[in-house]
Amino acid sequence: MKADVDVFANVTQSKDGSKNRVWEGTKAITAPCSPVTENRQFGSKMTDSKYFTTTKKGEIFELKAELNSDKKEKKKEAVKKVIASMTVGKDVSALFPDVVNCMQTDNLELKKLVYLYLMNYAKSQPDMAIMAVNTFVKDCEDPNPLIRALAVRTMGCIRVDKITEYLCEPLRKCLKDEDPYVRKTAAVCVAKLHDINAQLVEDQGFLDTLKDLISDSNPMVVANAVAALSEIAESHPNSNLLDLNPQTINKLLTALNECTEWGQIFILDCLANYTPRDDRESQSICERVTPRLSHANSAVVLSAVKVLMKFMEMLPKDLDYYGTLLKKLAPPLVTLLSAEPELQYVALRNINLIVQRRPEILKHEMKVFFVKYNDPIYVKLEKLDIMIRLASQANIAQVLAELKEYATEVDVDFVRKAVRAIGRCAIKVEQSAERCVSTLLDLIQTKVNYVVQEAIVVIKDIFRKYPNKYESVIATLCENLDSLDEPEARAAMIWIVGEYAERIDNADELLESFLEGFHDESTQVQLQLLTAIVKLFLKKPTETQELVQQVLSLATQDSDNPDLRDRGYIYWRLLSTDPVAAKEVVLAEKPLISEETDLIEPTLLEELICHIGTLASVYHKPPSAFVEGSRGVQHKRLPGSAGSGESADSPDTGSAAGVSEAPPAVIPSQGDLLGDLLNLDLTPPTTSGPPPAPSSGMQMGAMDLLGGGLDSLLGGDLGGSPAMGAGFGAPPTAMPASFPPPVSGGLDDLFDLGGSVGMPMGAYSPPKSIWLPAMKAKGLEISGTFARRAGVIQMEMTLTNKAMSIMTDFAIQFNRNSFGLAPAGPLQVLTPVGPNQSIEVALPLSTVGPVMKMEPLTNLQVAVKNNIDVFYFSSQYPISMLFVEDGKMERQVFLATWKDIPNDNEAQFQIKDCHLNSDAASSKLQGSNVFTIAKRTVEGQDMLYQSMKLTNGIWVLAELRVQAGNPNYTVSLKCRAPEVSQCVFQSYEAMLKN
Amino acid sequence: MIHSLFLINHTGDIFLEKHWKSVIGRSVCDYFFEAREKAVEPENVPPVLQTPHHYLISIYRGKLFFLSVIQTEVPPLFVIEFLHRVADTIQDYFGECSEGVIKDNVVTVYELLEEMLDNGFPLATESNVLKEMIRPPTILRSVVNTLTGASNVGDTLPTGQLSNVPWRRVGVKYTNNEAYFDVIEEIDAILDKSGTTVFAEIQGVIEACVRLTGMPDLTLSFMNPRLLDDVSFHPCVRFKRWESERVLSFIPPDGNFTLMNYHVSSQNLVAIPVYVKQSISFFETGPCGRLDITIGPKQTMGKTVEGLMVTIHMPKAVLSANLTATQGTYTYDLATKVLVWDIGKLNPQKLPNLKGSLTTQAGTPKPEDNPSLNIDLKIQQLAISGLKVSRLDMYGEKYKPFKGVKYLTKAGKFQIYIYMFIFLENLMSYLLFEWLQCVLKHSI
Repeated sequence: MKADVDVFANVTQSKDGSKNRVWEGTKAITAPCSPVTENRQFGSKMTDSKYFTTTKKGEIFELKAELNSDKKEKKKEAVKKVIASMTVGKDVSALFPDVVNCMQTDNLELKKLVYLYLMNYAKSQPDMAIMAVNTFVKDCEDPNPLIRALAVRTMGCIRVDKITEYLCEPLRKCLKDEDPYVRKTAAVCVAKLHDINAQLVEDQGFLDTLKDLISDSNPMVVANAVAALSEIAESHPNSNLLDLNPQTINKLLTALNECTEWGQIFILDCLANYTPRDDRESQSICERVTPRLSHANSAVVLSAVKVLMKFMEMLPKDLDYYGTLLKKLAPPLVTLLSAEPELQYVALRNINLIVQRRPEILKHEMKVFFVKYNDPIYVKLEKLDIMIRLASQANIAQVLAELKEYATEVDVDFVRKAVRAIGRCAIKVEQSAERCVSTLLDLIQTKVNYVVQEAIVVIKDIFRKYPNKYESVIATLCENLDSLDEPEARAAMIWIVGEYAERIDNADELLESFLEGFHDESTQVQLQLLTAIVKLFLKKPTETQELVQQVLSLATQDSDNPDLRDRGYIYWRLLSTDPVAAKEVVLAEKPLISEETDLIEPTLLEELICHIGTLASVYHKPPSAFVEGSRGVQHKRLPGSAGSGESADSPDTGSAAGVSEAPPAVIPSQGDLLGDLLNLDLTPPTTSGPPPAPSSGMQMGAMDLLGGGLDSLLGGDLGGSPAMGAGFGAPPTAMPASFPPPVSGGLDDLFDLGGSVGMPMGAYSPPKSIWLPAMKAKGLEISGTFARRAGVIQMEMTLTNKAMSIMTDFAIQFNRNSFGLAPAGPLQVLTPVGPNQSIEVALPLSTVGPVMKMEPLTNLQVAVKNNIDVFYFSSQYPISMLFVEDGKMERQVFLATWKDIPNDNEAQFQIKDCHLNSDAASSKLQGSNVFTIAKRTVEGQDMLYQSMKLTNGIWVLAELRVQAGNPNYTVSLKCRAPEVSQCVFQSYEAMLKN
Repeated sequence: MIHSLFLINHTGDIFLEKHWKSVIGRSVCDYFFEAREKAVEPENVPPVLQTPHHYLISIYRGKLFFLSVIQTEVPPLFVIEFLHRVADTIQDYFGECSEGVIKDNVVTVYELLEEMLDNGFPLATESNVLKEMIRPPTILRSVVNTLTGASNVGDTLPTGQLSNVPWRRVGVKYTNNEAYFDVIEEIDAILDKSGTTVFAEIQGVIEACVRLTGMPDLTLSFMNPRLLDDVSFHPCVRFKRWESERVLSFIPPDGNFTLMNYHVSSQNLVAIPVYVKQSISFFETGPCGRLDITIGPKQTMGKTVEGLMVTIHMPKAVLSANLTATQGTYTYDLATKVLVWDIGKLNPQKLPNLKGSLTTQAGTPKPEDNPSLNIDLKIQQLAISGLKVSRLDMYGEKYKPFKGVKYLTKAGKFQIYIYMFIFLENLMSYLLFEWLQCVLKHSI
């Protein structure tokens, strides 16, 4: 043994040494030779680097001559030069005919080189490429299987239609070749051909031949067939190409043991799509897959993990095997972390998912995620993330010690994340909170600027999780106020000061110091500062009035930011009307922040677990969200967890709700109307441009109120807080520009929107909104709405006379509009309208008027005349008014139409905060002539398929997705006139929410 | 599947491109260059990048980026593994994976890439198979080829491609039959300031060099196979026999290959061969600091520690170092702020020490970032986990081969957290500290 060892030492020595020698030798010869002319021929044979250097003019001509040389050797050299030029991106396509001429040769290397060239340039020279076809066809019959395979492989790579036609016959032969090497090459060729011409592949029946190859006797052929089918299936999500049944699964599992590592990946990924019939089958597959966990190829390991993670769902938890499997999963995952950093990164992203789904697998492996000094930054950040996910009471001490160490590292990004991680630990593991806070305080003491800022941001979160527990540290935080220069840190600090204003003696001074540069701050800080000062004011009203006035005027008057202004107004209004309410609102108890805000949402997580090892798992997004080219990716779900074995893609459970009477009409959202009023595009003299300076008495009064309020505020002659209410009045002078004129009603509405809408369904009568304010129409105020009653569209209006004189002789006219709405009769105002008198009118409308496309689509411009003048206004009607009663489509027709309408016309919208279940929604919509044709339930998600028809015969098809417990609905609309989608969506929202 | 491959050197030039499907313009690499710019260090470029129409997956090997472009959902690990395989193959063929070598052999590389992937599907990645189809260049062959006009490309079907042992070619013949195994273990460890192990594990690998005639069937058994609970094998190893008998049974590939990787993570099994006593201190005011490092043997199982080297990444503020080493030499790189102390053999009788002063930039505040200390070492004839091969048996062939096993332990990522004292005011406190240390030393 001793002797052996010695021999061995020598050999291993030369194992490395010889390689070096070969290489050095090459260099030693080439280096001196290349410049020396007499040795040039010899030297130039040694390496290919010379191909890079020929840049002189006429190179192409020279090559051409060489390619046509009689000498074989010279030809080959020339082709090599051409290939080398090609690889570095030079254009040598001009040599195409000359190179193709070299194709008919027995020299395999030359043949291969020519093939390489062909693949690259055939596309640009399709006519010339035809010349090569004969040789290809001949080569496919060659006795040497290597040449047969090479020919069929190369033909598949030539992406020229004319050539693909000739490819079919040779390919068919090769798929049935006696030599498995040829068969396996041909299998991949089918995928290539499908990529070029999918129809051809289907017509020629290659897919069936490919399916047959899954049962081939050679495992390599099986693996390639699976790979080709998987790739083809990606572009045909519903084609059922990989029809997996227990027999094929068995074949695949057998092939799995014998094929190459890459083949194993394809087979495992394919297995992952299978749903076993019962837990027994699931277990037996798991048993046969587990040996793959010990494979040297990490991609095989991860694909095996995917299969196991998925099939584990079906195993009963009390099964012994379940526990064994859990234990077996940990070591391979840990091993992945000792691979190259790029592999580590992908592994870590996947482990992140696995840890969320089954934390028990890695709960004892915390230490392998400790960051090493020379890990690349992307690995470090991922490791940190997982450390926090694994942190528990048992290991928190270790984790904290590590994190503290990281917080003193060099890399700024990493340090920041480490500090943040300490905060997250505090929030996650309650017992550790105290230790985390003291660690953070230690870090603040280092005075390293970015560490301090980051620490303050996380301490804010800790305060929100454990209120009234760690406020003793505030003093320390306040010491660092001046060093904060990042918006997030400043905002966090301001929040802390505002929240704990009563415990900080000089809170007002602190906040005041921020106020000086108010306009240079970022929005985040400005908003926070506004809120903090209002909090301070509510807590210590006596000393801080000046401050609060200052900030309110800064926010509302001097700022261009609408968010800031709105918040300013709301606070102002609140403080002025009801300080008690203000207290309730501003100082309300905040919900505790949850410990796992960053967890992936469970349904997404389930889907991602099915995609372990894929790009989806790296991005933590479902494949449908980003993978291009995979038209209609199927959503994968873990088995077991979702009971329904839904597979059909047609809506199959129809809802048989009858048509209810008295369809509830819907008003568009108030905001739209208000906005529209401001942007009147009619041009009568009275309403041109922005709202003119207030002229009516009422408006003046409002102005006075504002002005006075502001004056008195700024004057500071207010006694105590109870008196404040009167003093604040309303928002200051800037207001009229941003609010519609009917202030008195409008503004109140703004604050109690939705307070008065709670009418019973069916008999719903939408509240009217003001279309024409009195001040614009010499005292005539018109408010109104649209409704569809018993199949007739009606415009219901209230005319109010706010002038001093009687109004008579009313008439109405519409401008041309998108759907040809026109009054079906004259405006029936029979009696004169006296001062301060109102009259209700219902005007039936027809849809046969002149048509002109409006912007927005449902805009209606109206002119109303009376004895005084003509007034113009515009309003928007909800498009649901135009939904006719016979808008229910046949199911078959629906399906066909849905498929027929191009996908580009599909529009998707979200409806937020809707708390109806799907049935209620369906019947509610039915009232407005939106007909539910079918309903199906997939994993707790209800899909309603609906149709509606507009008065002008446009059909709109909709798919409404409702998930129990999720207040956000998704509507997909398909219509041949896609421009109506937006309006239909708005109506949907309005219909569902009323 | 894999669509295209670009090879990019460290200056950002694309010097080779290969497309397995349609041609994708080089402009797609701009997204990569952007990320490269942002990452500052080439090691820090994220391996998976998303562009509007493609995904870029890259690895960094031998100062080169191997950048692959993919268009559909492909397992990224699959791509990364493949790219490493490309780099391995180039290394295997030409002895080195560098820009120069690839340019020197560009046509061979191109042929190799063509053989390795077909339409993005891996075709032949086993080096045995590839070498049968495309012969690696040797001086002799080049000369012969030049004279006779023979080519580098084999014209027979590689036999391994379809057999049940795709990794081995048939008809192998040697006059000297030999099988050697290297058991190489790397210690990855993090020690805290007091020398306590924070984290330690062993990454082990068994590299084999087998040159045996015919189709030998080998069985390798260990004295203590229970150490190995986390293993990954070369595809040739029969997993069933490992599960049931804890022996490695396999028909070996011809030549050099990695038989298995293993991982020992239970900490009590990981011996830490050296200890480090260190102190680095700076003054709050004044432009200087002190450094004092001593290394001694801890658990070496009676073997000598060789190739000892200490690398310290100094805080950015440190300008220069004026130190004395009792053994070995030290260098301090001003640009990277890396102090390297090359010690060599560790003599337990006379512990190596490095001591002296550090100059920091005048006027700057005290260093903010903690220095880090990494150790490199080698121990011959020892597998630190205690793993031992007991025997190697050969079946299926009649001759008697030479056999040998060698052990080697190295430091992998071996890192020690450092004390860094900051003295607040003046020299007095420092002197006090020195004195205290002195007292402590003598009292021990």
